[in-house]
Amino acid sequence: MTFLIYFLRRLALVVPTLLGVTIITFTLTYLLPGNPAVVKAGPLVPPEVVAEIEKAMGLDQPAWVQYWRYISGVVQGDLGTSASTGRPVLEDFQQRLPATLELTLASLLIALVIGIPLGVQSAVHRDTALDHVGRIVGVAGVAMPTFWTGLIAIYVFFYLMGVAPPPLGRLGAGLEPPPTFTGLYVVDGLLTGNWKVVGSALHQLMLPSIVLGLSVMAPIARMVRSTMLEILESDYIKAAWAAGLPRRRVVYGDALFNALIPVVTILGLVFGFLMAGNAVVESVFAWPGIGNYAITSLMTKDSGPIQSFVLFVAVLYVIVNFVVDIVYGLIDPRIRLE
Amino acid sequence: MSAVIAVEDLAVRFSTDHGEVEAVDGASFDVRPGEILGLVGESGSGKSVTAMALLQLIRKPGRIVRGEIVFDGRDLCRLSEEELASIRGAKIAMVFQTPRTALNPLITVGEQVARLYALHGGLSSAVSRRRAVDMLRLVGIPEPERRSRQYPHQFSGGMCQRVMIAMALASAPRLLIADEPTTGLDVSTAARILDLLRDLGRDTGASILLITHDLGVVAATCQRVAVMHAGQMVEIAPVRALFARPAHPYTRALVRSIPRADREVTMEPIPGAVPSLLEPPPGCRYVGRCPWVEDRCRREKPSLSEHAADHLVACFAVEDRRAAV
Repeated sequence: MTFLIYFLRRLALVVPTLLGVTIITFTLTYLLPGNPAVVKAGPLVPPEVVAEIEKAMGLDQPAWVQYWRYISGVVQGDLGTSASTGRPVLEDFQQRLPATLELTLASLLIALVIGIPLGVQSAVHRDTALDHVGRIVGVAGVAMPTFWTGLIAIYVFFYLMGVAPPPLGRLGAGLEPPPTFTGLYVVDGLLTGNWKVVGSALHQLMLPSIVLGLSVMAPIARMVRSTMLEILESDYIKAAWAAGLPRRRVVYGDALFNALIPVVTILGLVFGFLMAGNAVVESVFAWPGIGNYAITSLMTKDSGPIQSFVLFVAVLYVIVNFVVDIVYGLIDPRIRLE
Repeated sequence: MSAVIAVEDLAVRFSTDHGEVEAVDGASFDVRPGEILGLVGESGSGKSVTAMALLQLIRKPGRIVRGEIVFDGRDLCRLSEEELASIRGAKIAMVFQTPRTALNPLITVGEQVARLYALHGGLSSAVSRRRAVDMLRLVGIPEPERRSRQYPHQFSGGMCQRVMIAMALASAPRLLIADEPTTGLDVSTAARILDLLRDLGRDTGASILLITHDLGVVAATCQRVAVMHAGQMVEIAPVRALFARPAHPYTRALVRSIPRADREVTMEPIPGAVPSLLEPPPGCRYVGRCPWVEDRCRREKPSLSEHAADHLVACFAVEDRRAAV
């Protein structure tokens, strides 16, 4: 009951944030130089025709009317049309989003599976060789840009060693995508029992997700380490040792659970960053995701998709923060029962 | 009757950036079956470090450099982690001085007690939960059924300390170490917690090592007292003897520093401060504050010796005076 109230309160906070986000994205496009009517009409059209088009597009209306038109379009899923694909932006997005999501989830999984134990062990074995190696690996992961590690990884593992497939999208040549349930090829392949697709999708995911995963593993490991250091010194952990709880349970149970709040915070940030920020890696691996779409649109000055991408990223962060808030409440009774 | 735990010449050192700190220097004492032994001293006298040493929980940069701690016929300092697992929390349990922060904030109070029943008693989770509720009732938590499903932040400090005591008693330990269990509690709550400890000690047969800086608590609760100063054990005596006839100059000063309402005596603070434990001199650590200091005190360390029946003192001056009589 109390949790439901907490949930609804957080949810209520999302609405004004989303409104604010749309106002900002609208204002940005409204303030951008260049008259969309002129762009649409072409350079050699007389001014009265331009005025005609302005009127047709509603550009002669006051800002708030235009905003209202924009927001009602967005709410109905009308994000405009892409000039380069000639299709509604929403359709293009729906088609590409699963690719980005699959890559993001795989990268996040790698980052978590390595980052959390590394952070815990670095804290438990503070200032030992393991801690120093962890620090070096972490700094290296952050310091090396992904376009570079991506290219090096392709060169070494595809070109030289031949263990990775050619960096050309989500499935090997000659394979049909599985029927769409989730849009994630690995999951859909599993659901339909198509092992060939599952294997190929995992193989294609391998290099880009390792490259991305290692780049975001460091902040996770560092956050786990510093939080764990603090918590391992806390009174209730001392009490847990004194009560005779086994070492594993104290470290990976009591202590890690208490360390989750800051870790979840950074996970939210990393998830948003991966969804919105892996355009470069998508481009290097010819991954048909939304980042790649946004870059292509930028190159061709296709404003509809770019606007929508900005809006999408903003909304994504709002949603991620909402989910993070809810997870806080699930973890910590002091937040849930406040 | 043999002691529940016997500590002999225990020394604990911490390496710091400035050098070695000997936080406990040759402490010897024992806790007898069913008794409450008070361990008193100023802040920094090594009381809590001694407690942690008993549980073998001294962590880096600290280490036990010498001495033995005999419990159940075995020296705890020589046991492996696996062997200690059957003792720590099970046969020797501990109550901490900060009840509010010593409970895990994310786990319900009932579960924190119940999991110790499951761990040390090998009970199923359903039975453990029932036992936990019973134990919470025993330590005086009202509506234990409902309260057991709540979290520590929903409890007052005194109630948290009762939960800590319930946790400590869940394994039916033979020795309960209570480290300043009433610090931060108001006077009447503190008194009730001490009553509870005394009653439970009597009912369960557990011996209690009560660590405190408050001689009033000692007088009200303990049978015997061990006095520590700057990591050294200076005097061990039955409570009455200690208050009536304190022998060591430090203990005498401590007793004189107790404010009294019943008699017209001037309260005397102890001059000087606890000496630095960093590379301390080889002899007695009270020399800087002692009115009876002799040359010998600076060179040699006095060891505990029998002063009267069941009354041990570590002081050359006291020995000399006794010899002179």
